[in-house]
Amino acid sequence: MGTKAAYRLGVATLGVMTAAIFMVFVYVPTEAQEGIVQRIFYFHVPCAWVAFAAFALVAISGVFYLWFGQQVWDDLGYAAAEVGMVFCTLVLITGSVWAKPIWGAWWTWDSRLTTTLVLWLLYAGYLALRAMADEVPQVGRLAAVVGIVAAADVPVIIVSVRLWRTIHPAVIVTRQGSHGLEDPRMIATLLVSMAAFTVLGTWLLMLRFATLRTTARIINVGRQLALMEAEMVDMGAQARGS
Amino acid sequence: MENLSYLFVAYSIIFAAIVLYVMFLWRRQARLDTRLRGLEIQLNEMRDELAQDRSKAMTTATRSAS
Repeated sequence: MGTKAAYRLGVATLGVMTAAIFMVFVYVPTEAQEGIVQRIFYFHVPCAWVAFAAFALVAISGVFYLWFGQQVWDDLGYAAAEVGMVFCTLVLITGSVWAKPIWGAWWTWDSRLTTTLVLWLLYAGYLALRAMADEVPQVGRLAAVVGIVAAADVPVIIVSVRLWRTIHPAVIVTRQGSHGLEDPRMIATLLVSMAAFTVLGTWLLMLRFATLRTTARIINVGRQLALMEAEMVDMGAQARGS
Repeated sequence: MENLSYLFVAYSIIFAAIVLYVMFLWRRQARLDTRLRGLEIQLNEMRDELAQDRSKAMTTATRSAS
């Protein structure tokens, strides 16, 4: 992965994130019912979007890895799972901080919250598996299967607010079919924040993927060194023998 | 401005987590790059050494054959 590309994307992330922060704190009007704390929403929803997109990428790269067996797909899945976990953790934390003043509790066993926690636990298991047994050759295939199965929870989270009784708001599309944002400036702010987090997520994915590719190169060079060492020992033995 | 502290906490956590993760990735990449450079230097040195050993072995084999 090119350093220049990562640098450019980093600069782009900074620019679009600054625009999103400006819109969240200056441009968008305060929501009438919840007040200023509703502004958590403009970063809470994009965090969820990036987490879901990253976990979908884990599943897609898992399928490709099982199909083609190329290391690059395994590395992409691993990188996406880690980035997804960062954003899924942020979704749970910011949701909890938002819930306290609005619902009066840090946590409730609501269907959306519970299914999101299940998703977090599934990918925590995925990362624990990778961390503990990454040297085992079969772990890539096993992790790919876990990643695909775990991603099945993403559509469940999305439809959970319609399937079960819940106190979590259906903001993008309500149960009545309309969207929950009454002011066009709110929609614009949400869209800019979504764009900012998409760029940020891509940048982080690029950085993490680069570390995994460098690790793969180190392993490859290490193997070449071991082969050469063996050859030198062999030549030394032959020279002594003659 | 009711509940401003919750807003502050939520955004602080988001920014802190992102900055920490970027720093963690950057430091990890720098460490890996240093390690890779060291191994590549070692590999090149060993390649040269091996090439010299091979030519020596060839010379010895030619002399003993003649």
